[in-house]
Amino acid sequence: MSSTLTFDWVLALLPEIGLVVLLAALLLYDRALKPVNRRNIGLLSAWGAFTVLILTLGMWLLFDIPDSQQALSVNSLYWGGMIRNDLITLIFRVIFLVALFITSLITIDVPRLQRGEFYALLVAATIGFSLMAASADLIMIYIALETASISSYVLAGFVTEDDQSAEAGMKYFVYGAVATGLMLYGMSLLHGILTSVGVPSTNIYEIGLVLSNAGTIPPQANGVILLAAALMIIGFGFKISAVPFHFWTPDVYNGSPTSFTAFVSTASKAAGFAVFLRVFTAGTFGTPGQESLWWALLISMCVITMTLGNFAAIFQNDIKRLLAYSSIAQAGYAMIGLVVFTPAGSGATMFYLLMYVFTNIAAFGVVILIYNVSGSNDLRDLYGLNRRSPYLALVMLFALLSLGGIPPTAGFIGKFFVFKAAVEAGYWWLALLGILNAFVALYYYLSIIKYMYLYRSDSEDVPIPVSRAAQIGLAVSVFFIIFLGIYASPAFDWTREAANAFFTLVG
Amino acid sequence: MDFPFLSVIALSPIAAAIIILMMPKERGENSRMLALAAMILGLLLSIYVYVAYNQNLPAPQTRWAETLMFVEDYNWIPAVNIGYIVGVDGLSATLVLLTSIVGLGGVLISWSIDDRPREFFAFFMLLVAGVHGVFIAVDGFLLFFFYELAVLPMYVMIVIWGWKERREYAAMKLTLYLLIGSFISFIAFLYLYFNLPAAGVEQTFDLRVWSEANFPFAMQQIWFLPLFLGFAVLAGLFPFHNWSPDGHVAAPTAVSMIHAGVLMKLGAYASMRVGIQILPQGTVYWMPLIILLTLINVLYGSFIAMRQRDMKYLIGYSSVSHMGLVSMGFAAMTLVGFTGAGIQMVSHGVMTALFFSVVGMIYDRAHTRSMDELSGMRKALPWLVVPFIIGGLVSMGMPGLSGFIAEFPIFMGVWQGSSSPTTPAVFNLAPANYYQIIAILSILGVIITAAYILRAVHTVFFGEYDGEKWHDMRPILPIDKFTLVMFCVILIAIGVLPSVIGPIVQSGVTPVLHRIQEAQQSLTVLDSVQVAATNLLSWLGGA
Repeated sequence: MSSTLTFDWVLALLPEIGLVVLLAALLLYDRALKPVNRRNIGLLSAWGAFTVLILTLGMWLLFDIPDSQQALSVNSLYWGGMIRNDLITLIFRVIFLVALFITSLITIDVPRLQRGEFYALLVAATIGFSLMAASADLIMIYIALETASISSYVLAGFVTEDDQSAEAGMKYFVYGAVATGLMLYGMSLLHGILTSVGVPSTNIYEIGLVLSNAGTIPPQANGVILLAAALMIIGFGFKISAVPFHFWTPDVYNGSPTSFTAFVSTASKAAGFAVFLRVFTAGTFGTPGQESLWWALLISMCVITMTLGNFAAIFQNDIKRLLAYSSIAQAGYAMIGLVVFTPAGSGATMFYLLMYVFTNIAAFGVVILIYNVSGSNDLRDLYGLNRRSPYLALVMLFALLSLGGIPPTAGFIGKFFVFKAAVEAGYWWLALLGILNAFVALYYYLSIIKYMYLYRSDSEDVPIPVSRAAQIGLAVSVFFIIFLGIYASPAFDWTREAANAFFTLVG
Repeated sequence: MDFPFLSVIALSPIAAAIIILMMPKERGENSRMLALAAMILGLLLSIYVYVAYNQNLPAPQTRWAETLMFVEDYNWIPAVNIGYIVGVDGLSATLVLLTSIVGLGGVLISWSIDDRPREFFAFFMLLVAGVHGVFIAVDGFLLFFFYELAVLPMYVMIVIWGWKERREYAAMKLTLYLLIGSFISFIAFLYLYFNLPAAGVEQTFDLRVWSEANFPFAMQQIWFLPLFLGFAVLAGLFPFHNWSPDGHVAAPTAVSMIHAGVLMKLGAYASMRVGIQILPQGTVYWMPLIILLTLINVLYGSFIAMRQRDMKYLIGYSSVSHMGLVSMGFAAMTLVGFTGAGIQMVSHGVMTALFFSVVGMIYDRAHTRSMDELSGMRKALPWLVVPFIIGGLVSMGMPGLSGFIAEFPIFMGVWQGSSSPTTPAVFNLAPANYYQIIAILSILGVIITAAYILRAVHTVFFGEYDGEKWHDMRPILPIDKFTLVMFCVILIAIGVLPSVIGPIVQSGVTPVLHRIQEAQQSLTVLDSVQVAATNLLSWLGGA
């Protein structure tokens, strides 16, 4: 951890700096834009996100930043230990930027969202997510999380003339504020304990070093540590919409503008997992083992999240609510990789999140396009989609197959890695539960396929216009759904290598 | 062997599917030409592979890896030792050929489909590709990958083009049964994967390595059941056969053909390749019980078929019964039994494809499949009589046709099962008697088959002809005639010249059987097997 400001420090934050520039550009451009050219604001956002994405990847490919050797060591800490620039950060940045890019593309032609503020807030949220993934310090986590959350609250309630959207914003805000408050309380408890043993630090790795060493902490403090862990699980669990902190999810997903739903269901969830993985694998609450109750808490959360999400999804009549419950269940699968606490598991979770971005945004993209025509999100609007627009039906088919985990889509490989990690760590029963759940899920995913291909509707002749931008967005998603399903090796190696960085600073 | 024959066979249908989907809607007609081209290409290559394999037929090998030909080996996900490895042994070369034949027949039969032909042929191509893939996969992960790939098009095709009254129910049932089965196998497979070092080999998904692994006996005992039964679901093993008749009936003709003709073989093949070959000691331990299930399959399937008035249900249940014979051939654990099972897969595959195409043609024209309404079809559709009767004769195992070549060795193998040294006594019967009784009982199945087939032939084709009712039937198209003749010729050819198929299949099953024999010799746990078997049986019997 170097203490003088060097060029490396700037490089470590380059993607975020790029996003800040984009944010400013969006706000300025919005003022200069004529009403007829409203859609250009979305284009700027999409291209901006793409540029930052290329920049981020380019830095890694050409200059090897983050340095894959250094990324695994304490040297990857910058800005006074506030953030860590390693492969994990890189992968999550890619996830967020991809989400921002595709979301912008499919939103360009949604008339009521053609406003600078919308995109600016999306970018602001992305900055927050990005910093969440990078942060190595409790304070930083809190600040990043709030940056992301506050932007998200506004975005959820963005369509002020729509009562549902306003309700979504309000609900999101109230739930979010409580969850974050509790999380902050947990952090303060943790800090208190650390101070009492003479290590007044908020850096999660320093905390982990102390707490994973048995004996440094008096046994009486174990209860407090458990409480702190539970409170922070609430805060993070809210972000990934794990049961029982999921109650906001269906309402917010349903009420918010669908573009934001697509974004929040992927990027926000991934960011939640990023901090979850960072904090818990750093040994911040001690290494998981028989005596750590919080670990049992996590495993049971994981099982309940999968099960409840899937069973609730079966009974939904609204496509957005259905996808909301499905995304709760998907968080459950991704949690399997988290709770086994092995590098293989964490890597599998990251791969899962990566493929989930493409998958879920594709699904929501189709929902947006249908909504533009029909004005509702009822499942019935999907009836006869194959006759109405074969290509959209095909996109949705691939997205659903990927969500359901059927080859040749990325979802199959994602689930495979997660379950494999579970079996490898000795939790074959957890993998079995996951698989049984996947079949419950398959029931409703297949039902949607049935609606699209089999059922007829009266509006089959009404065409669904798909703009060029949305076409590109969906095509990119489908390409990666299949690409990651067939040639998963590079992405998987990448996440596996990155996952080692989670564990290298422990103890 | 530089040209990637197997990859082209398996992947060209996928390419065809992609091109078909990209065609503009107005040119949907062309999709069937493209599908036909892909199928013909696949068939020619499969014939080449089959003939080449047959000509270079190796002397009986005991190691599976040495019987493989046309091997292609590439890294796929090196981090976890997953490879794209394909290759064929004698059995899979035969099954690949079978798939190509039935696939071609399916395209020809569906030639005049008019509801969204583009999508139909695209999904059909995916289905064929998935089936091919399973047969040629030498990598365990690849096998599962293709297996799942094959199941999904089934769902879509049954739901969209299936029989209106049952399709949604049947399609969902079929898909969930098959996927749950395969994933239960998958968990067992993964568990074993992490225990490969305990079995004395390196950790990889390459099945060639797996086929040499010796897992501890206790592990084999436990994990054989999930591994084998998960796949056996697709082979229609009692009591997991329930999805199959519903699926057959609801599916459109071409899909029924693939489904009964090839897909069920997929289950039998995979349960042998993954279940029996990897865990031979588990096989030896459990098979004396599983053979009872297969016996129930054979008898129960044919008794239920007896009761059916719907021709498709009739054939559906007869498939369950015949697939029971395949599993029984495996369960006999003798070389003759295995060879018979292999030939039965082909014979039954072609036979059901023939049956379903005949029934499909009748249904297209008469709009009913009920044997109560159909009669005198001999006059209305004379072209269908002979093929149906040939299929029927094959089904009852008439000498001179492929059914005899297949079923006779199975019965003989079961009879011989008694001679194997470690077979336990079950029901307090000496092993010799136990297997002989099973063989005798299963032959009863043939008699019941004869009864329901002859009755079907009689009512449907030779009953009273109602000229008023059936006068406006469309004639059978030349393309349909070609398909029927093709199937009949194959059935007769195998029956007259068993040497075209016997040796190659036998060379394919020899390594598996060798594994079993090794296990039988190494097992000294006779008593515990006997105790476990009798305990379980007496528990089941409520005694």
